[in-house]
Amino acid sequence: MSTWTNFKRITRAGFVGFWRNAFVSISSIFVIAIALFTIASTIFSTAALDAALASLQNKVDINVYFVTTAPEADILTFKESLEALPEVIEVSYTSRDQALIDFRERHGDDQLTLQALDELGDNPLEASLSIRAKETSQYEGVEEFIAQKKVTETPEAPFISKTNFYQNKKAIESLTGIINDTRDSNFLKIIALIAVAFMVSFSTIRLAIHNSRDEIAIMRLVGASNLFISSPFVISGLLQGFIAGVMALLVVYPVLIWNESLFYPFPFFDSFDNGRLLFNFFINNFSTVFLKVTGAGLGIGAVSSFVAVRRYLKV
Amino acid sequence: MIYFDKVSKIYSGESVALEDVTFQVKPGEFVSIVGHSGAGKTTLLKMLIVEDKPTDGRVFFESLDVHSIPRSRLSHYRRKIGTVFQDFKLLPHKTAYENIAFAMEANGRSDAEIAENVPQALGLVDLGNKLWNFPHELSGGEKQRVAIARAIVNQPDLIIADEPTGNLDPIATYEVVQILKKINDLGTTVIMTTHNKGVIDALGRRVITMDEGKIIRDDQEGKYVL
Repeated sequence: MSTWTNFKRITRAGFVGFWRNAFVSISSIFVIAIALFTIASTIFSTAALDAALASLQNKVDINVYFVTTAPEADILTFKESLEALPEVIEVSYTSRDQALIDFRERHGDDQLTLQALDELGDNPLEASLSIRAKETSQYEGVEEFIAQKKVTETPEAPFISKTNFYQNKKAIESLTGIINDTRDSNFLKIIALIAVAFMVSFSTIRLAIHNSRDEIAIMRLVGASNLFISSPFVISGLLQGFIAGVMALLVVYPVLIWNESLFYPFPFFDSFDNGRLLFNFFINNFSTVFLKVTGAGLGIGAVSSFVAVRRYLKV
Repeated sequence: MIYFDKVSKIYSGESVALEDVTFQVKPGEFVSIVGHSGAGKTTLLKMLIVEDKPTDGRVFFESLDVHSIPRSRLSHYRRKIGTVFQDFKLLPHKTAYENIAFAMEANGRSDAEIAENVPQALGLVDLGNKLWNFPHELSGGEKQRVAIARAIVNQPDLIIADEPTGNLDPIATYEVVQILKKINDLGTTVIMTTHNKGVIDALGRRVITMDEGKIIRDDQEGKYVL
């Protein structure tokens, strides 16, 4: 008998078994769908967390201020050397003139300050570089690079006036700690939830296959091989897992429209994407989410069925 | 063809199901095994289809020690034997046709063979009009005839029937025994356990009588004597 014929028979038996044991199949689908909804919610809470962390990281930077006598060409050369660092993601330059314009805009309503500025005659503001690193933990390395530059300065030709790293250091350190702790705890939570989801689904499928133990024994007695007996159960399990995956996503969609904050790990995420952070994530990453959720369903269905049916193949 | 060599089966210390059982069955024989409940008839058949292992002794099928067959090859061995049980053991979610087709599929038969042989087998047991009925839609006698059709469809060397008439009325019993006789007349070896005195006396074939796990009589043209 050809492998193709065998495959056709096993697949057909799997589909027929799924259909004729409709009650058992539907019960399993519901349980797996609940488990997959839990897994989907962890995907969304991770996405929300990532968005929040990215946003917080974007707000962290080091500002380097240059003495007013520092030549712009030297500052731009220094900027290029900073950009060449692998940990640096972006360096933006604010010239003295631009700093003045910004200052005037910021203090447009404060006539007293603007008057004092005019009385000075010369522009007192310093040019600056704003540096963003890829990771918050990398700011210390950037700061060291800046400090080395400062060492090469002579008292006659000062270059760097100040950096605000040490002012921000504590905030950066505690933010780095919070980010790492949240990531770790979220990862552990996901692992635990997936394990619980798998165990619950496995128990349901095992119970369903337990009901078929006499049938399995008969198949053995008429000379069917283990593969020929177990494969249709695995096909039914795959089918249950796939349908459960689709069901879970069909539930996720209206929940995201109605109230996506149900998936937020913290309550303050409403500020992102006008409260449409996860809905947009779902739409933009639909194929990835679909593959992850239905893939988990297929995995749970197939592995649970295979393990459960093996127990009864020892007649 | 079949040889039981000093086979014993002892369950949990003192419960002796078989004790030093030795006999052989030649090809083409129709052997009935009789005895009270608990005499060891079903245990004997379980040894033959390797559903259970002997505590001592060996069981041979065509010079092959069946209990030395690796688990992975057991299905191949079982395909040589057609089995009929008192409780029919039909697959409840498959139709009569599918129950028989399953045995053929498990045996690696082609779709064309299945399409040709399944209706023939069901016709042979006079169920040509019940192809698409599920087991729960059939009477006890009809279920047993489906089981017989399944047992014979792969043309096995041996048919084992464990109390095949135990759940049947007299008319169905007569029909089932006639079918088994017909199968035997066509050359297939049949081993049947039964409680039914009428069946044994009507058959007039070899009868092995068991009591408390031992063979107490083996008559070539026996009667039901207990």
